[in-house]
Amino acid sequence: MQPITDIPRRKEEVKMKQERILMAHGSGGLMSQQLIDEIFKAAWNNELMEMLDSAILNLPAGRLAMSTDSFVITPLFFPGGDIGKLSICGTVNDLVACGAKPLYMSTAFIIEEGFPLSDLRKIAESMAVTAQEVGVKLVTGDTKVVEKGSADGIFINTTGIGIIPEGINYRPQRVKPGDKIIVTGYMGDHGLAIMAQREGLSFNTPALSDCAPLYQLGQMTSQYGQAIKCMRDPTRGGLATVLNEIARQAGVGIRVKESSIPVLEVIRGACDMLGMDPLYMANEGKMVIFTDAEKADEILAELGKLSQTQNAAIIGEVYSDPAGMVLIETELGAERILGMLEGEHVPRIC
Amino acid sequence: MCLGVPAKVIELMANEVARVDVNGNQTEISVRLTPEVKINEYVLVHAGFAMEIIDESIALETMKYLEELLQYE
Amino acid sequence: MSEISDYQQQLLHAIQTEKASVTLMEVCGTHTMAIAKSGIRELLPPNIKLLSGPGCPVCVTSQGDIDAVIELVRQKDIILVTFGDMMRVPGTYSSLQEERSQGADIRIAYSPLDALRVARENADKEIVFLGIGFETTAPAIAVTLEQARSEGLGNFSVFSLHKVVPPALELIFSDPDINVDGLICPGHVSVVIGVEPYEILAQKHRKPCVITGFETLDILEGIYMLLKQIKQGDAQAEIQYRRVVKREGNLVARQSIEKVFKPVAARWRGLGVIPDSGLALREEFEHMDARLKFNIPEMEEIPIKGCACGEVLTGKISPPECLLFGRACTPLKPVGPCMVSHEGSCAAYYRYTPAKGRG
Repeated sequence: MQPITDIPRRKEEVKMKQERILMAHGSGGLMSQQLIDEIFKAAWNNELMEMLDSAILNLPAGRLAMSTDSFVITPLFFPGGDIGKLSICGTVNDLVACGAKPLYMSTAFIIEEGFPLSDLRKIAESMAVTAQEVGVKLVTGDTKVVEKGSADGIFINTTGIGIIPEGINYRPQRVKPGDKIIVTGYMGDHGLAIMAQREGLSFNTPALSDCAPLYQLGQMTSQYGQAIKCMRDPTRGGLATVLNEIARQAGVGIRVKESSIPVLEVIRGACDMLGMDPLYMANEGKMVIFTDAEKADEILAELGKLSQTQNAAIIGEVYSDPAGMVLIETELGAERILGMLEGEHVPRIC
Repeated sequence: MCLGVPAKVIELMANEVARVDVNGNQTEISVRLTPEVKINEYVLVHAGFAMEIIDESIALETMKYLEELLQYE
Repeated sequence: MSEISDYQQQLLHAIQTEKASVTLMEVCGTHTMAIAKSGIRELLPPNIKLLSGPGCPVCVTSQGDIDAVIELVRQKDIILVTFGDMMRVPGTYSSLQEERSQGADIRIAYSPLDALRVARENADKEIVFLGIGFETTAPAIAVTLEQARSEGLGNFSVFSLHKVVPPALELIFSDPDINVDGLICPGHVSVVIGVEPYEILAQKHRKPCVITGFETLDILEGIYMLLKQIKQGDAQAEIQYRRVVKREGNLVARQSIEKVFKPVAARWRGLGVIPDSGLALREEFEHMDARLKFNIPEMEEIPIKGCACGEVLTGKISPPECLLFGRACTPLKPVGPCMVSHEGSCAAYYRYTPAKGRG
């Protein structure tokens, strides 16, 4: 019988040889264990990661908010962030939008066979850094490996839970005529930064993804209790889509002023070139806030003090008519409909 | 029917290619259709090609009909 | 900046004080979009009507032509490179978007030169660029073809659906049912073709034509210039968009089109076959004509029931007057091409016009 020589004997050897994800990493055996120990536990080390079948958590009293999101993005590393940071920010921001203070998160990975281990390590570390900044703990996770070609590098799902403090109730149904609408910064940065990285579009833009966890915003808004009616993060579909969703869910009419919506000149220029509209581009570190009119200026001033939201602006107001619709006042003073995104938002020449 | 944006030529390169700037975004375009273009001039870009050199002496701000519009006041 | 916005308001005011009943047509989809987006149509008095003509190359692409492209992408080892505009346009049974979901390799590009890069990187595949657009886009495709030929890229070809604008305008002005007093002429097509084609139209049909830019101010100035001519009984071809459009157009671009393409009869959706309104590859470039290279036959044109895109494209009716508009036909489930294209007149109306205007 031939001696089996290709089984590595020492841990160091394992490290040296396995620079890519293999099917065996998802087998549940020794290599799965090693992957968890060396990459995930090393990055996320905390006392709650006990490696039981479930995480066991102590929660403070109050209403629990829970949110889940899956992250698929090309490229995985982009100016301003990466899929790891994004996977924390996305779920944190969804919790913040409901008025919750994020506490715990789970993560699940689907990784394509052959994925570089060094990239996985970078992604795990980026998740750890972002989670630590927010003060949210990564308490349980799962890893599956699929055959080459069955996934595009890596897909990440995160689920987060948080507690909603007493007196906070953010819902579209509470949005009423007279309320003011605030956006917390420039629109379209993330969408454009990603678009510019895609194959086939050979242009360089200084645009960075705005990918950021808005926990400070959440802390600030929680002081305003019922004065804040509703918040939503304008991710896919952009600002226009969020405004339309709220108009429909609240049964109100929304009017915004084109000239009040903050858009960076560089984003505007790139969008003109590609035939795209910044109001439909994704954001990953912005919030749309519906608030009592009398508190709007004060909230805006508070937003101005936080670095993530210093370019916030009041962009419009809620009306009773036309219910379910969003109108935008143009530079010329006319009104037109700002509709939902239809289909895929792609570069055009017409 | 045809989107076009003004872009500033910042570098002329080999093979009738130019590097242009649109509000801080840079891209390479073909200047085959505007062979006489010079650095710092603005061109109208469509589908990756400079279609024409923009005459900056006739700006949008020219306001050609300003005088005669006063009669409508 | 405030001076400009004052001037803009003064132009608007002058247009709003116009008493005569005037019907103008914008023949460029980018104008349709800009007019809708800026809200100009809403601010015009009821006596000034703006119609949208056949100026969107996506909208006027016939269903049979889309079917032919779909036939092509179903062949083995083809990579189709296209502008994003074409992805959703329905053929008789499918669209490029659907074909891609079925596994066809279809890539979106910003410039036709990007397709050459794809061709160099995929020597074992056949790369076809979907050539669509009017005179503005045709020179870019012509240059790309010349480049491919000089590089000896044997795996590159173009499926030409290019069209030219003047024959369609001639058709519209010759139709006694179409009542248009003046034409807002396409700024970027005119960058290439210049003012001469409109001088012929203006003289023959006694209609003023103004080549207009795309900023809100440009469009207001263009409308103002047309109203002024109509009031004075003039029928001239003028250029409002002087900062970009030269009288003779872009001669280099015109020569490029001339060198690579020849005029052929083409089918326009809603308008039918118009002689000399399409661009096919000349004999020297025939080996890069995807239709010939892959032996794609002409497809039959099956009319869509109830769709009034033809009347909309010729300005006979406005989009809300179509029975399908906003009911059976919406941007999410478009029936006709005017609703599909981003700049189609129906889509622009649907997207931007407040509910009261939707009829």
